[in-house]
Amino acid sequence: MLTVNRYKCGYCGACVGVCPAGALELVETWIEVNDDCTRCGRCAKICPLGALELIKEAKA
Amino acid sequence: MRCDLVVVGAGPAGSMTAKAAAEAGLKVVMLEKRQEIGDPVRCAEGVSKASLKKLVNPDPSWISAEVKGARIRAPDGTEIVISEDRAGAEVGYVLERKVFDRALAQKAAEAGAKVMVKTRALGLLWDEGVPAGVTAQFVGERFRIEAPLVIGADGVESKVGRWAGIDTALKPKDIETCAQFLVQDEKIDDDYCEFYLGNDTAPGGYVWSFPKGRGIANVGIGVLGSKSDPGMPMRLLREFMKARFPDGKVLEVVVGGVPVSGPIERTVADGVILVGDAARQSDPITGGGIINAMDAGVMAGEIAADLVPKGEVDSGSLQVYEKRWRETIGKHISRNFAIKEFFVDLTDDDLNHLVHSLDGIDVAELNLRGLLKVLIRQNPKHLLKLRHLIV
Ligand SMILES: Cc1cc2nc3c(=O)[nH]c(=O)nc-3n(C[C@H](O)[C@H](O)[C@H](O)COP(=O)(O)OP(=O)(O)OC[C@H]3O[C@@H](n4cnc5c(N)ncnc54)[C@H](O)[C@@H]3O)c2cc1C
Ligand code: SF4
Ligand code: SF4
Repeated sequence: MLTVNRYKCGYCGACVGVCPAGALELVETWIEVNDDCTRCGRCAKICPLGALELIKEAKA
Repeated sequence: MRCDLVVVGAGPAGSMTAKAAAEAGLKVVMLEKRQEIGDPVRCAEGVSKASLKKLVNPDPSWISAEVKGARIRAPDGTEIVISEDRAGAEVGYVLERKVFDRALAQKAAEAGAKVMVKTRALGLLWDEGVPAGVTAQFVGERFRIEAPLVIGADGVESKVGRWAGIDTALKPKDIETCAQFLVQDEKIDDDYCEFYLGNDTAPGGYVWSFPKGRGIANVGIGVLGSKSDPGMPMRLLREFMKARFPDGKVLEVVVGGVPVSGPIERTVADGVILVGDAARQSDPITGGGIINAMDAGVMAGEIAADLVPKGEVDSGSLQVYEKRWRETIGKHISRNFAIKEFFVDLTDDDLNHLVHSLDGIDVAELNLRGLLKVLIRQNPKHLLKLRHLIV
């Protein structure tokens, strides 16, 4: 799962611009992630503040 | 609501588009999702004086400082100065974007455009498979704006293109990821922009310091996305600050991404045009995008004013825009993309060598092209690959 640390994020929109799935949206001062996210990690790699993180989900 | 043209985004691209189209008689609505235009800033605010003057009359209220030249520092610390000191000419402005962006929006409003802030475009309206305006949200309330043409000036996070089927997603190698501090320090030189190169300092990018007058400057870093890892720009900027301005006070923090992809495949679709960062029109070497965004905005606004009344807004008719920007600003963007692809993989030794080769040389044309010409003259073998691009 992709997590957004709202206390780190500087709401710059860079992650939105790189997401191949169009899964991100900058709404006011926060980033929303929708179900189209494929967990590719591209957004986390380029976030200048390191506010995005892919967390491995435990297999059910 | 119904109009001739919806412009999404009120940055430099959107405001120039709206102004040009409204001046030519179109009924224009410009949407901006932020509640304050221009804020928070995502920019180092440097522009060429000559280029800006062609587009708008400079106003002291949005110019922070004028600079005389630039210093470039190699990874080994060697520094070269390029300036037009002798002529006493000021070559660049450092703007106050918060004031500048709003002033441009005001010009659009004065020309007759309706400006709506805190209003986010949510998606396109479709009429029998053709875009027919947008749905938007203002303070929580949804509404529709019908219009034959939508111009996406929605910046690095652009969605308008994607809604119309244009893939604008940037690969990591096609974005500079940036962090910047507004720094107060007595060591800041009010007259010169500074650039620091090096693979440890800023992988695939550079550190800049653009003075804003009276001892403050935008000190920032761009790292090529493909060479970055989570949080790297902020981490490296703090390291740089420790080394260069240990006593510097940080008055503001800025983060952002600049497209350095070069021209993308298409920037129009039926009923849709993209301008500025949304069209990935920023300069792949410098990361500067203000002037290109404004230029493209004027082109798009004028073309809209010509085509909308005739009802010619299909992607075929809109090729006029593709053609016009690709033949003008697009040429520089393509060339600089090729040069960037070469430069980002240079080693520190290469960079040292190049900076040394400029020592004591007169750079007559104080711009990127002038600088590159001299570099190629001084390093014909090393830069053989670039020769055809410059001359
Ligand atoms: C750190 C950094 C330093 C830079 N330094 C320089 C420099 O020194 N010189 C230079 O020339 N360029 C610089 N740039 C690049 C420059 O900032 C951009 O190229 C320029 O702002 C592009 O203008 P624009 O109008 O296309 O987009 P923007 O200025 O980004 O404006 C886009 C607008 O659209 C709005 N928007 C987005 N989505 C929606 C929506 N759905 N609905 C409504 N509104 C929306 C946004 O809120 C925003 O206000 C820098 C960029 C960064 C990140
Ligand atoms: S790139 Fe990082 S700082 Fe910028 S909006 Fe995305 S999560 Fe926030
Ligand atoms: S992980 Fe990939 S798909 Fe998911 S939001 Fe980030 S960039 Fe988009």
